[in-house]
Amino acid sequence: MKALFIALGLSLALMAQAKVAPNMSADPALEARMMVIAEELRCLVCQNETIAASHADLAVDLKNQIRIKLAQGQSQQQILDFMVERYGEFVLYRPPLKTNTVLLWLGPFVLLGIAVLMLVLNVRRRRRGEQPPAMSDEDHAKARALLDTPTHT
Amino acid sequence: MTSGNFKRFLPLGIFVVLVGFLAIGLTLDPREVPSPLINKPVPQFKLTVLNAPDKTIAAQDMLGKVWLLNVWASWCAACRIEHPVLVELAKTNQVPIYGLNYKDKSPAAIAWLANFGDPYVKSLVDADGLVGIDLGVYGVPETFVVDKQGVIRYKQIGPVTPEALRDTILPLVKKLSAS
Repeated sequence: MKALFIALGLSLALMAQAKVAPNMSADPALEARMMVIAEELRCLVCQNETIAASHADLAVDLKNQIRIKLAQGQSQQQILDFMVERYGEFVLYRPPLKTNTVLLWLGPFVLLGIAVLMLVLNVRRRRRGEQPPAMSDEDHAKARALLDTPTHT
Repeated sequence: MTSGNFKRFLPLGIFVVLVGFLAIGLTLDPREVPSPLINKPVPQFKLTVLNAPDKTIAAQDMLGKVWLLNVWASWCAACRIEHPVLVELAKTNQVPIYGLNYKDKSPAAIAWLANFGDPYVKSLVDADGLVGIDLGVYGVPETFVVDKQGVIRYKQIGPVTPEALRDTILPLVKKLSAS
């Protein structure tokens, strides 16, 4: 599976590089590492794509930056920090868990919790055979009054 | 409120809340990503001057005055829309505008300024876009307001409009110049 991903990454890298052949590193291992980092970064020009997937000019430039920095021996974290310093946290494709992203990360689980709670309460009530009154006493009285009214038919 | 009433109005309530969220969402522009560079020093640069390739300007040369840094390119369509606004602003001498000619070819850039007017004190050549990356530029045109200490105080993403000038940029320039 991992091999498949690497192969996929490499072929993507090759495709992405077709346009900018002069900049492409001859070292396939470096290309693969570059693509791993590029997958973590959002392309700010085309916001729902990663830099790895994007062919926008800026994405091509940033991929070159990643290559240069990897060749200088920088770590993945150093390179991601470099991008965040310039473009903000929005550039991270997977937003980190922080106070201002708590709702984003935990919101779905809160909603799921509420849904489960409602389900449990509903099931329990049905088990006890307690049907909620379909009509209030007032409604019954109204209906009775209508039924008791003589009609012409 | 009886439970019957509550149930009856629950869908409406959810709908109203949803409409509220969507209405707020409509007023936000997802393209405007807040810059982490606000209140940070302008990145170091030393760039060639367009028109005068033997001269360079560095970030520290700009200390002591409030200035605008406008990122532009001759290939940028929105820059053409913005350009008359900058030309008018330059005539009023309220604030010096420096251009960052981003990923452009200098002959094309020079021709462009000859055609549409040159509002810039100087334009700096960032042919490979590296200073642009340091500035977090992702959509040309972008305009930065830099204070006397060389700190970025505001960033306009997209064209400078007369409204943005009147309501945000010029008041800020006035405030920074006075301090």
